[in-house]
Amino acid sequence: MRVSVITFPGSNCDHDAQEAFAYYGHKSRLIWHKDRDLQNPDLVVLPGGFSYGDYLRCGALARFSPIVEEVMAFAKKGGLILGICNGFQILTECGLLPGTLLRNIGLDFICQHQYIRVEDNNTAFTHQIPEGTVMDIPIAHKEGNYFCSDEILKELQDNHQIVFRYCDKQGNINAEYNPNGSRENIAGICNRTRNILGMMPHPERAATPYVTSNDGGKIFAALEEYFNLN
Amino acid sequence: MLVAKIFVCLKPNVLDPQGKAVCNSLQQLGYTNVIEARVSKYIELTFDSDNEESTWKETDKICQELLANPNTEHYWFTLENKEESQS
Repeated sequence: MRVSVITFPGSNCDHDAQEAFAYYGHKSRLIWHKDRDLQNPDLVVLPGGFSYGDYLRCGALARFSPIVEEVMAFAKKGGLILGICNGFQILTECGLLPGTLLRNIGLDFICQHQYIRVEDNNTAFTHQIPEGTVMDIPIAHKEGNYFCSDEILKELQDNHQIVFRYCDKQGNINAEYNPNGSRENIAGICNRTRNILGMMPHPERAATPYVTSNDGGKIFAALEEYFNLN
Repeated sequence: MLVAKIFVCLKPNVLDPQGKAVCNSLQQLGYTNVIEARVSKYIELTFDSDNEESTWKETDKICQELLANPNTEHYWFTLENKEESQS
C-alpha cells in the first residue's frame, strides 16, 4: 500500500505512523500540510499531535491547511482515511465524521494502555478481525470525550458506524472502563460509506515487537488484507 | 472601526468539565451559593469598517464557519465602535 501521512504544524505522531506502516512493508511517506499533492496514496493518515497548538478547538484550524482540500476530495472519491487522535478531531471538524471530541470528563490528560473492543469488522481497518476482539492500544489525549446528539448516536448505531469502544480486559463495556466520558464508550467511528475511520487510541504506538502491545498491528494487517483483496 | 465582542459557549446539554471543576473549587472556597459554573470563550475581532450591517453579517458568518462548533457550542456577539469599546 502507498500511505501518505500528513504533517501539520504541531503533529507529533507523524513519524511514528510512517515508521509503523513502513514496518509492515508499506510505502509510507510524510506530506507537509502546505503541499497540494497527496502523491497518489491508497491510504491517507491524519496523525496524532497538537495541530496548530490546539488553538480555538482541537483540529479546528488544521482544516484550513491547503492539503485538507485534497484530503476532502480524496474522501469524496471513496479513498481510505485513518485519523488517529488529533487526526480524529480534525476529521470531525472537517465534517467528514459526525460528532465532536470534548475535554475529558476528569479534565486530565490521559496517557495509558487502554483496552478497546472491536464492534464492527465491516471496514477496511478492521477487516477479518473478529468482532468482540479486545485490543490493548494506548491512548494519550485531553480531548477524547466523544460527544454527539441522540439523533447522531442513533444513526451511528443503526448504520454500525461504531467501530471501537472502550472496555476492560475481558471486553466488558461500562462506565467504569470509560476513560474520558465518551458517549457509549465510543473510541472510534467510521463514516456511513465506511472509508474513513477516526479513533482516539494510537495503533501506531502498539504495532512493533519493541513495545509492550502489538495489538495495533492487527489494524495494519487488516488494511493490508483488505487492500490485497481489493 | 468596529469591534465585534463574541461569546462562544457550550450548549446547555453539553457537559462542561471545566465549569464543574471551577464550581467545585468555588464551593471549597466557601462560596456555597454557587451551584453551577459554565466556562466560555470570549473573542474580540476588530474590523476596518464602519458599516454595521455588513460587519454584523460577516461576524455571524465567521462564527458559523470557524469560531463556534455548531454540534456543541452556541454564540452571540455585540458590535461597538472601537473608541466606545476602549472607553
